[in-house]
Amino acid sequence: MTDQTSLEHGGAVDEDRRNFIHIATGAAAFGGAAMFAWVAVDQWNPAADTKAASALDVDISKIPLGSEIRVLIGGKPFFVRHRTPAEIAMAESVNVASLRDPQTDDERLHPMQNGELNRAILITSGSCTHLGCVPVGPAQGNTGDFGGWYCPCHGSHYDTSGRIRKGPAPRNLPVPNYRYVSDTVVNISL
Amino acid sequence: MSGHESSYTPTNAFTRWLDTRLPIIRFAQDTAINFPTPKNLNYWYTFGGILAVCLATQIITGVILAMHYEASVDGAFASVERIMRDVPYGWLLRYIHANGASMFFLAVYIHMFRGLYYGSYKAPREVLWILGCVIYLLMMATAFLGYMLPWGQMSYHGSNVITGLFGAIPLVGESIQTWLMGGPSIGNQTLQRFFSLHYLLPFMIAAVVILHIWALHVPGNNNPTGVEVQDVEKETVPFHPYYTVKDAFAIVIFLIMFAVFVFYAPNVLGHADNYVEANPLVTPSHIVPEWYLLPFYAILRAITFDLGPIPAKLLGVIFMFAAIAVLFLLPWLDTSKVKSMRYRPVAKQFFFGFVAVCLLLGWCGAANPDDAVIPALQGESKLVVSYTENDVEVTSEYRGGGEAYHDAKSFMETLPADANPSLSAVPAPTFQFRHLSLILTFCYFGYFVILFFIGLTEKPKEVPESIHKSVLKRHKASTATAIPAE
Repeated sequence: MTDQTSLEHGGAVDEDRRNFIHIATGAAAFGGAAMFAWVAVDQWNPAADTKAASALDVDISKIPLGSEIRVLIGGKPFFVRHRTPAEIAMAESVNVASLRDPQTDDERLHPMQNGELNRAILITSGSCTHLGCVPVGPAQGNTGDFGGWYCPCHGSHYDTSGRIRKGPAPRNLPVPNYRYVSDTVVNISL
Repeated sequence: MSGHESSYTPTNAFTRWLDTRLPIIRFAQDTAINFPTPKNLNYWYTFGGILAVCLATQIITGVILAMHYEASVDGAFASVERIMRDVPYGWLLRYIHANGASMFFLAVYIHMFRGLYYGSYKAPREVLWILGCVIYLLMMATAFLGYMLPWGQMSYHGSNVITGLFGAIPLVGESIQTWLMGGPSIGNQTLQRFFSLHYLLPFMIAAVVILHIWALHVPGNNNPTGVEVQDVEKETVPFHPYYTVKDAFAIVIFLIMFAVFVFYAPNVLGHADNYVEANPLVTPSHIVPEWYLLPFYAILRAITFDLGPIPAKLLGVIFMFAAIAVLFLLPWLDTSKVKSMRYRPVAKQFFFGFVAVCLLLGWCGAANPDDAVIPALQGESKLVVSYTENDVEVTSEYRGGGEAYHDAKSFMETLPADANPSLSAVPAPTFQFRHLSLILTFCYFGYFVILFFIGLTEKPKEVPESIHKSVLKRHKASTATAIPAE
């Protein structure tokens, strides 16, 4: 068949012309596929409205002493805990060098507008750094071996500063971006 | 046996006309009717057919359920309840679909262990085995995605744990996690994409099943002797009616068991927490996946130590994925030339050990990792009072029931106010599920290492010369023992 076809065309095949068509078609197909792949992958990213719902003002004046409130921001849980003086003392008395993720209690607090730390209020993420379960705390009647939180999924224990002390979690409960809008209102953002 | 000659002859004018345009009847005749199949296949070989029925069941019930399901965080849970209460026979369709997933996995595990026992993964069937592993991987993904759709507590928090696994991967992990969730957390957008993918993947499974059957039909079936067919006349029978009927009988028995679950225990394989609507602020006290993923969950949780620069979390994820990846490598890990475990006295023992390890891992996956494996052997808990004395943390221990509690309490009262005493119960050290999981994880991987070395040293039993000889020998043995009974 091929022999016959080339004979019909007088045996003269223009290789350059064929190569040009092959390369041009291939380039257009590859370029188109690559551009569409960009679209197909990027649409997995958070949408604009999802990103927009990512900050909240929280009133901290009504949290009972020794307890906490839990807020959802963009679907993520956060703990706002009103610590007792004993809990603050426990958090401060720990030998930081012995921790898995060494941080002092002060490093985990953001200053109020007057520049002082409000040690009574601890704000942390509410997802266990192991696999994202929500640890239980004082309201659920279990604060783990170190008085802070206990993750029932895989047994991670956090202390009263939200630092990992025991169990599989690799890091402390992260402290989110937050700032004191007034003495009783904090703005927490993702 | 794709090499076998086509034995189809069109019988009338229409089939002759069709045969030169679309030889679909010829194709069906050659692959499903006349296909030469070893005559010694036992009932363990019927699970391929059972699995085809499972896939069809899931697709049919799933497509119907999708007509009534609403993929939104506000409507999903309610729409599933509506299917259960208001849609005509909705309860039946949903129970078939939910239990069908379990039946599908039950059948696939038997099918895989069958392949492991008779060496069906060895040359020339490596590609067949790998395609099977791909199907298994797709099945796990589909099951995971589907479990999220009812938007119950287990759905939500289970998905949280699994998407969290991807976050453990260095560098790209967090991007992958964000892509999966479509936002900072699991929300409406996640549910919608999971629904879309849950609808897509079964059709991808169906496509790989076609490749799987194609790859099966090139070398033909393996068989319990592991000896290849040498004489098509003597050693094979046509697939129909011999194996269509055998498979159909097995399928009916399987469906009876399936129906017992659907009608008498439809929720026994599920989890009560999934009948509570998802609440991101409350994690169920005990998150467990569906039973068929428990062994891998146990491996994930077994690793609680860092290894050099690799943190425990990432190491657990690596081991869990490696537990599946190792299956893909199996054709090259097993060095023995003998296929069937029937003739491998040493490897056979390890095979049954491996089955036990998999079942025990499932048991560990269902248990709380901190619990004692044998509670009766655990000693009494002790009470520990910790307090500070001269800025140093000190502890004081008490044992022995209620008296210890009173002793500890009165001791705490004697301490000065700045001592900050706290009381906690510390369980006595014992053999916990986390320890058992770790041992079993090493046994799981050990099996594949051992297969490599046994293959080099094991002296196999005498392998029959042919399928035909093996069948004759068995037949003689059974008639010989039958005579005295007469």
